Amino acid sequence: MAGPPTGRPAGEPLIELRGVNKHFGQLHVLQDIDLTVGRGEVVVVIGPSGSGKSTLCRAINRLETVESGSILIEGQPLPAEGKGLAKLRAEVGMVFQSFNLFAHKTVLQNVTLAQIKVRRRGKAEAEAKGRRLLERVGLAEQAAKYPAQLSGGQQQRVAIARALAMDPKALLFDEPTSALDPEMINEVLEVMRSLAAEGMTMVVVTHEMGFARSAANRVVFMADGRIVEDRVPEEFFANPRSERARDFLSKILKH
Amino acid sequence: MNVLTDNWSTYWHGFLGTLWLTLVSAALALALGVVVAGFRVSPVRPLRAFGTGWVTVLRNTPLTLLFFIVVLGLPRFDITLPFFTFAVLALGCYTSAFVCETLRSGVNTVPTGQGEAARSLGLTFAQTLGLVILPQAYRSVVAPLGSVMIALAKNTAIAGSFSVVELLGTYRTINELGYGIVWTFVWIALGYLILTLAISALFNLLERRVAVSR
Repeated sequence: MAGPPTGRPAGEPLIELRGVNKHFGQLHVLQDIDLTVGRGEVVVVIGPSGSGKSTLCRAINRLETVESGSILIEGQPLPAEGKGLAKLRAEVGMVFQSFNLFAHKTVLQNVTLAQIKVRRRGKAEAEAKGRRLLERVGLAEQAAKYPAQLSGGQQQRVAIARALAMDPKALLFDEPTSALDPEMINEVLEVMRSLAAEGMTMVVVTHEMGFARSAANRVVFMADGRIVEDRVPEEFFANPRSERARDFLSKILKH
Repeated sequence: MNVLTDNWSTYWHGFLGTLWLTLVSAALALALGVVVAGFRVSPVRPLRAFGTGWVTVLRNTPLTLLFFIVVLGLPRFDITLPFFTFAVLALGCYTSAFVCETLRSGVNTVPTGQGEAARSLGLTFAQTLGLVILPQAYRSVVAPLGSVMIALAKNTAIAGSFSVVELLGTYRTINELGYGIVWTFVWIALGYLILTLAISALFNLLERRVAVSR
């Protein structure tokens, strides 16, 4: 289905979905989803709202359960609820639309909590790493503040640093810029671009077509719970095969 | 008027009994309440069922009946404990159901994204609850928890009918000595008031502290 990946070659499969189905009541939100993300690949998932793209993203670390089919990380099926699942989630970072920083913790505590409690790092080590990552996302000076004192773009960058602090094998982004004011979108996309350039495996649900064009190896277009197209960005944007994708692109790219 | 001065030691022992009963039962109720609230929001179905059953049974049983069950029922299984311990068990378990429901309503005020973020970082359920959810729920439960504790303090009066030395029970002793019933009770009421106002003050203080912490 997909053409040869652009840029770097896709490594061995890191995330695999095979025949995944899920309903929300009557709504068949994921229909026979097959998707493979190779190590180091950046896959951008786009589609109209309600197409199931967020659910797909959340299913990968089992924030949403699926009814049938299998999801594998590094060839291992997702464990059921419990210690095994917690361990796996530590390997797959997640960045949310609404940031979800821990409101009662400072920025630095946000990026050290899981390092200390899950990775069992010492406090000094965790803080050193936390400060390095805050530096990287340009927020070293905000370490002592609480999330509510930061702008949306800053909060989202902290959330990315928090996910990176776990040294994840892959990062999932669930509409990371959709809740941001326009002038803050770029500061978040910049961080994501640099991660992509460094070879981080990423699944990004977004409406940012510019990011899809410039950073993605593949674009997955979803509609009505199905994957309609799965192609290299240039091909997809220049010459979408399906009526559904042409219609979608004409609506969002007309200016 | 000299009921109080003449019977100071009786009143004092009664007051201390009530105070002690309140403190120990409150500790038990809070500990059990946190655990049962954890059960009720846990992903494990049997734990949820146990939590629901615990709350349903204890919250809907009259406290006096619960005292009878504990004081008369447990000895049938060869469990004989001091009356004070029986009373703490009855009061602590009964109040834990109310503590649990108060905490659960607080948990529901914390946005679901907080728990999702914690879990997506690999925190276990217990860590998510203890490190992320409950500390944030705490802010909204302080005031209603104060009400539960005040109710507990007053509920200790029932223990007097089960051979535990506490404040309300002192009226029998004092009454037998021939003192007027009205003034006897006025001083008892004042004793409860001291205790309940102290609890109010404590929870007001806690409320102010969580208010300034952010």
